[in-house]
Amino acid sequence: MRYLTLLLTMAAFGGNAFAQGKPTPKAKGFQEPVTELAEEAFKFHDTWLLLMCVVITLFVAGLLVWVMVRYNAKANPVPSKTTHHTGLEVVWTLLPVIILVLIAVVSFPLLYKYDRAPNLTAIASGEVTATVEEQAAASKGWINIKAQGNQWNWTYSFQDILDADGYPLEFTSNPLQRGLSTDKPGGELYLTVDFPLVLPAGRYIRYYTAASDVIHAFAMPSFGIKTDAVPGRLNEGWFKVDTLGTYYGQCSELCGKDHAFMPIEIRIVEEADYETWLATMQGGDFEAAAQLLAGFETRQTTRLAAVN
Amino acid sequence: MPMDEIALDQADHAHDDHDHKPGFFVRWFFSTNHKDIGTLYLIFALIAGIIGYSLSGLIRWELAEPGIGPMVQFTEWFYGTQGDIAIEQAKQFYNVVITYHGLIMIFFMVMPALIGGFGNWFVPLMIGAPDMAFPRMNNISFWLTVAGFLLLILSFFTPSGNLDALGFGGGWVLYPPLSGLKGHSGPAMDLVILSLHTVGIASILGAINFIVTILNMRAPGMTMHKMPLFAWSILVTAALLLLALPVLAGALTMLLTDRNFGSQFFVPEGGGDPIMFQHLFWFFGHPEVYIMILPGFGIVSHIISTFSKKPIFGYLGMAYAMVGIGVIGFIVWAHHMYTVGMPVDMKAYFVAATMVIAVPTGIKIFSWIATMWGGSITFAVPMQWAIGFIFLFTLGGVTGVVLANAGVDHALHDTYYVVAHFHYVLSLGAVFALFAGWYYWFEKMFGVKYNAFLGTVHFVLMFIGSNLIFFPQHFLGLNGMPRRYVDYTPAYEHWHYVSSLGYAVSLVATLIFFFAMAEALIRRRKAEANPWGEGATTLEWTLSSPPPFHQYSTLPRVKDTGDH
Repeated sequence: MRYLTLLLTMAAFGGNAFAQGKPTPKAKGFQEPVTELAEEAFKFHDTWLLLMCVVITLFVAGLLVWVMVRYNAKANPVPSKTTHHTGLEVVWTLLPVIILVLIAVVSFPLLYKYDRAPNLTAIASGEVTATVEEQAAASKGWINIKAQGNQWNWTYSFQDILDADGYPLEFTSNPLQRGLSTDKPGGELYLTVDFPLVLPAGRYIRYYTAASDVIHAFAMPSFGIKTDAVPGRLNEGWFKVDTLGTYYGQCSELCGKDHAFMPIEIRIVEEADYETWLATMQGGDFEAAAQLLAGFETRQTTRLAAVN
Repeated sequence: MPMDEIALDQADHAHDDHDHKPGFFVRWFFSTNHKDIGTLYLIFALIAGIIGYSLSGLIRWELAEPGIGPMVQFTEWFYGTQGDIAIEQAKQFYNVVITYHGLIMIFFMVMPALIGGFGNWFVPLMIGAPDMAFPRMNNISFWLTVAGFLLLILSFFTPSGNLDALGFGGGWVLYPPLSGLKGHSGPAMDLVILSLHTVGIASILGAINFIVTILNMRAPGMTMHKMPLFAWSILVTAALLLLALPVLAGALTMLLTDRNFGSQFFVPEGGGDPIMFQHLFWFFGHPEVYIMILPGFGIVSHIISTFSKKPIFGYLGMAYAMVGIGVIGFIVWAHHMYTVGMPVDMKAYFVAATMVIAVPTGIKIFSWIATMWGGSITFAVPMQWAIGFIFLFTLGGVTGVVLANAGVDHALHDTYYVVAHFHYVLSLGAVFALFAGWYYWFEKMFGVKYNAFLGTVHFVLMFIGSNLIFFPQHFLGLNGMPRRYVDYTPAYEHWHYVSSLGYAVSLVATLIFFFAMAEALIRRRKAEANPWGEGATTLEWTLSSPPPFHQYSTLPRVKDTGDH
């Protein structure tokens, strides 16, 4: 099964060991989607919505050009006095309605999919059509994480995993750079953090967002998710990423001075590696846990190269 | 009364009216004359516009390349700080700049220009009224707007409560807790609240004035269904103002008492809810965007009709499309809040309601094109801006339909895609309509002709420049670039650079605009009463240019305006 994941990864990324969920220079579209939600949302935009935008804009532009050419004062010195055409008015009222209905037909199921997390019991028991991997993952249940926005970093906690003192495992993630003289080198500028959030590939993950001071927003472009972190509220969402890799997101609600400098970095690793990382974190040595990540990556790359 | 008779009557009046004009100070500071107040509003909007546009220049300068640059130079110079402290202050200063850019452009540029300026000037002229219903209240409205602006400028130079920095940096939407004591404990935010209260009162008084004027002071024979579309657009706008602004005032007052008197409306620790502020704010905020664009719809309708030498197509549909947009505008507010954690059924409702707005908007776009269809079109400067408006507003409209889909909005909310969208409908929509109106009525208002070639160059450069600024921002947003970021990861550099280049082009266009205006005012080529010919059928063209100090001492009688 692990082999299959690797093959799929390679198929998707042309032999690159790890996916990189980050912006690309000169890009004109979305980042590479790595969740089901992102895939559907981006596809909906790139096909339906973009088509609608382009066709309507070109149609209006075409009409404007046509009237400017055909009905300018030279071409048409005597203006008509037509001010009504009931048929035409009915058409241009109904046509947008039809287009909007066509959009809504795709839009509403997508919206509900975002909000209604999958029923893992049903998937595990085979009530819902699912792949073998999905059934296996569903039978292990949800991994619950909480992302708490602070001015200006994120605190992640695993609600169901306790540390040595018996509290939910919790750590805070700061960016390497904030545009100051104290900046550390390395990583993607303004995106890389000291302690990334590490999660296993192929598992169902439910996230909760909260905030300790002002409103923040937990956003991961390649996952297609964005959920506000509001003081006094607990919001939630879900994702499942099958592709190993490093994914970046950024705070997406103005939260003060360092709004641009509280990125989110999520490493999706194999489940065994996740367990190793988790055990080290539970032991309290965050530095050691962070250093494990490079090792995971090298091992993956070597193994993928061998398969290649 | 036939047209030439009105003209004759007005010419007579203009002659002896010379003596009635008060002296400079009384005329411009105590003014109760709708045309003078309109001019004051336009001058005011021009000054506020220069400030707001300069702030956007700072934004584009800062974002032209990665690294925090110009803002640091500014804080080093302004605060006299060095090193990391200067950088930290620069980050805060960037937030202050975007905040005041938004507030100034919305409340002190677009609204005063379109409603206070053109509304005051042309609603009475078009409906055949001698003045506004409450001339003294009109004066209060204007000077309260000025007072509100001064309060806002004052707040720019008032301690924010952070880092010894000045000004409020929480965005024009003023979301608590960032706008509360926790985010900005200093007096800057309190002054912003007072400023918006003041300008809000000004707008409510202005709205009452317009509604009463339009409902009661139309010339004999001018039924509601014969009223020019610009007057319709101002009527709908005024109704929206009257209903939306008190809700903003309520939210602001709660914020003020939270900050100063220990109430807990939006403070979660005290049982309050920050999201309630967002609901109240957007219940005002969404109608507010229609408040900014509806007068533009009215202006563009007249221009399209004038230069196509055809009456407007589907007049009643056009009027009631605006009413429809106004009504629906009140029930779609939470599409600004898809990510705050609303129940999914509520989101679904707001998706559906929001998309419905595309229908009346489509009616307007197609009716403008149908007005041009079969016409005999000349491409005078105002017509260039109006056609540009139709195209750009359509583009901004379709991206609005994209954003209406809550599913996709999870990816696009609070990114540059949203920035691109609302600048297409406002900066390229409302502002293009504003320039269209300016070039359409300039001669009428100021009694001198501008150089049409310069106006065309202004249009062409502005069209290129503003598209260059905002079109690439769609790409940035799709690729995940969040809004309100002082700096970004280098991958976003390319399109940010292009966007900033666009600003440079628009700056050249703006300089040409000021040159063209200066040229017109210095050369003083004498204006005609009606420079646009047979297509210009509304009543203001029956008067001299500029119109007499007091017009319609004998009310014009409208038989059939031929509008429909």
